[in-house]
Amino acid sequence: MADRPYLDVTGLSRHFDISDPFLARVVSGGRKRVLTAVDDVSFSIAKGQTYALVGESGSGKSTIARMIVGLERPDSGRILIDGQTAFDEAGGQAQDNRLRQKLQMVFQSPYSSLNPRWRVGDILMEPIKAFGLIRERGAQRRRVDELLEQVGLSSPDAARFPHEFSGGQRQRISIARALASNPQFIVCDEPTSALDVSVQAQVLNLLKQLQRDLQLTYLFISHDMAVVRVMAHRIGVLKDGRLVEENAAGDLIESPQDPYTRMLMESTPRFAGGLR
Amino acid sequence: MDRPDTSPPTMMQRILASDFVFDFTRAPLAMLAAAVVLFLFIIAILAPLVAPTNPFDPASLNLMNGFTPPMTPNMFTGQSFVMGADDQGRDLLSAIIYGLRVSLFVGVMSVLLAMGIGVSLGLVAGYVGGWLDNLIMRIADIQLTFPSILIAMLIFGVLRGIIPPDLRDEMAIFVLIAAIGLSEWVPFARTVRATTLVEKEKEYVQAARLIGLRRGQIMWRHILPNVIGPVLVIATITLALAIIAEATLSFLGVGAPPTEPSLGTLIRIGQDYLFSGEWWILAFPAVTLLALALSVNLLGDWLKDTLNPRLK
Amino acid sequence: MTTPLLDVRDLSVEFPLRRQRLQALDGISFSLEAGEVLGFVGESGAGKSLTGAAIMGLLEPPGRITAGTIALQGRRIEDDAASVRGGEIGMIFQDPLTSLNPLRTVGDQLVETIQLHLGPSGEAAEARAIELLEEVGIDPERRSAFPHEFSGGMRQRIVIALALAPEPKLIIADEPTTALDVSIQAQVLALLRRLCKERGAAVILITHDMGVIAETTDRVAVLYAGRLVEEGPTADVIAAPRHPYTAGLMASTPNLDAVSVDTVLPQIPGSMPGLTALPSGCRFHPRCGDAMAECPRIAPEFADGVACHKFSAVGSMKGKGASNGG
Repeated sequence: MADRPYLDVTGLSRHFDISDPFLARVVSGGRKRVLTAVDDVSFSIAKGQTYALVGESGSGKSTIARMIVGLERPDSGRILIDGQTAFDEAGGQAQDNRLRQKLQMVFQSPYSSLNPRWRVGDILMEPIKAFGLIRERGAQRRRVDELLEQVGLSSPDAARFPHEFSGGQRQRISIARALASNPQFIVCDEPTSALDVSVQAQVLNLLKQLQRDLQLTYLFISHDMAVVRVMAHRIGVLKDGRLVEENAAGDLIESPQDPYTRMLMESTPRFAGGLR
Repeated sequence: MDRPDTSPPTMMQRILASDFVFDFTRAPLAMLAAAVVLFLFIIAILAPLVAPTNPFDPASLNLMNGFTPPMTPNMFTGQSFVMGADDQGRDLLSAIIYGLRVSLFVGVMSVLLAMGIGVSLGLVAGYVGGWLDNLIMRIADIQLTFPSILIAMLIFGVLRGIIPPDLRDEMAIFVLIAAIGLSEWVPFARTVRATTLVEKEKEYVQAARLIGLRRGQIMWRHILPNVIGPVLVIATITLALAIIAEATLSFLGVGAPPTEPSLGTLIRIGQDYLFSGEWWILAFPAVTLLALALSVNLLGDWLKDTLNPRLK
Repeated sequence: MTTPLLDVRDLSVEFPLRRQRLQALDGISFSLEAGEVLGFVGESGAGKSLTGAAIMGLLEPPGRITAGTIALQGRRIEDDAASVRGGEIGMIFQDPLTSLNPLRTVGDQLVETIQLHLGPSGEAAEARAIELLEEVGIDPERRSAFPHEFSGGMRQRIVIALALAPEPKLIIADEPTTALDVSIQAQVLALLRRLCKERGAAVILITHDMGVIAETTDRVAVLYAGRLVEEGPTADVIAAPRHPYTAGLMASTPNLDAVSVDTVLPQIPGSMPGLTALPSGCRFHPRCGDAMAECPRIAPEFADGVACHKFSAVGSMKGKGASNGG
């Protein structure tokens, strides 16, 4: 069974120019300095699965996430989404839009990921209108209600503003917004890092349930090995922009090969309690 | 789930219950200033209904009424005026009410113009960045090195030169608005640019880019509502500046024409007669201008302090 | 019975706001012996940072202590925290960037603190500073560098050195490693624990992370919505939590050894109430799977290390395992 992977990333690289401004360099005689944020990263994700990118700050995981959804352009490398080259210069605006509809992202901060001046209903409606998925007003509102139910909120919440909700509820709204365009692939960029532990469990369970119900494919970014263990089928470990190890989740955790992976596992606090 | 049982509040309920309204009802000075401003605005808008006479109708004027002191019947005609009459026999109270109208019209319109220009340029400079940002900010810097009155006079002079002589008086008000508006856009642009730079990095903007919105749509729909707060404060303070600027220009003779005098024009007229005893021709317009500018300033100051982020 | 190093009784903190008074802490009582590491765990808004701030006298106005006592070695300090702050009680905050003065070298800041609290002595102070830097694992040659030249983890080590310089009896560390990478976190916590044990200084470690509690603390106190709900030796509380909230917290924390992608994490429904909407009686009752009839009516007393009707006289009269309604 040679199913092609849903997401296929090859040789992804991104550099940032962090040299001093031109005139300052001329005066001080300094050189151009380049920061390599992502260095020749390749991996793939099968449809319906979750792939986790684990790394500490500065590992490049967020940059990779942004490049995959098109918020940033890679300096080199190729991204294939469902067989189609993503954000290709050659493809047109229409092709880009069809692609955008399949991709979505859930961001880390519950506080800055929703426009504080917009009502929740309008926030959820925006992707629906942007992709022209539903034209008729009444049907749009019904879809918004449906999305709210799907994430455990309810219809009257559409008239409220984000600040009327707790952090966990706001992340649910973010997830609902991500679902609004009927995507196939969602990048979750540390979606629970800013949440309390008991709320984190709710959000992670919700994400997994949605994956089962809607056959979603996830790229899950995190710095927390334990969270990744709960979420991922496959794990890739990033260090300073390079993928140092990659394996099925169970295998990676049980027998880590790379010393960095082992170090990460050892630093993850554990305790004798846990599941009952 | 832990949601409140009540249904979401309406816009009116939110406003009435807000901290802003709460603070306002506990700031006597702000309420007084707001009351004065509101009062003056209403009088100005309803001028034809409120003023005892129309001071610009030549038919109603009687030169013999000239220089009548306040509340004193004129020795020739027996007419009496609450605030006295000016050199041409115009009822000063009516002249002030109509003058207020001109002053406020020019003030408000020029603030709107400055706001329109400043907010747009600030949004573009902040969001698009790059050379455009540099260009706009350098123009702003250059403009700020000159006193805004001089800039207004410069623009006024240039525009007047362009307009054919017979239209000059008619267009004077609009030229005035353009001049003052163009001289006051910079604070708007700077504040909006600063807030835009912050908002641009926030994740809700990235979410909007993700669904393919164009830059203009993002700036207008997403960023603008979030940068407008400080703009209201600047607008209020700029209104006071614009009113004073207009009065200054009219006082100098390059502002509102005598056919449509503003408070500044009246002050100029009154100044000539101050030391010959007809003090009221200067005093009453001046006090009105003072009350207006001061109230607007106080309101603006209070707004600035209140809308500052505070300790919870 | 020796006097505990720190004894807090019935501490209550209020925030009088525009239209209401918010009770942020309600009757917190605990004590701490010399050399002990006590963990304060709770989710955001529970009041753990506030407790630390109250002890230090650093409550932001209009917040203020409305009841209770704080005693350091028997001496009451709730009105006079400034005299012990920095000297007998040291502090470590979350953000190392703002804890250190960016305009002064690391060495200068250390020397200043030493001179302030242990008496002026130029060269001796310098020598002491060098010793401290070595103890926290920073090359003393770098003491003429500025804070921004160090990484986050190293800055926290410097902050620890600063906190330990005046030989404090108690250190209050508020989320000291939350902003650090996981690998650095472990090192910094181990360092803090070791240095304090060596000196016999007690530590209050405030965190939201149960893993940190498990690895670093001797005893743990669990806060929920401004109240203490459970307290006891760390190993006991983690192995056998009694309060339903503690149990729920433990269960919903993913444990690397025990979960997989097929696991459905146990979750506590709802979220912690804000200060404007505190439930009556036991503040956890709306989310509690074991709630009984008296839970919404009567706030459980904190006794024998737990505040829950299941263990109180009222609750246990109903017998084990019985639960009416809820």
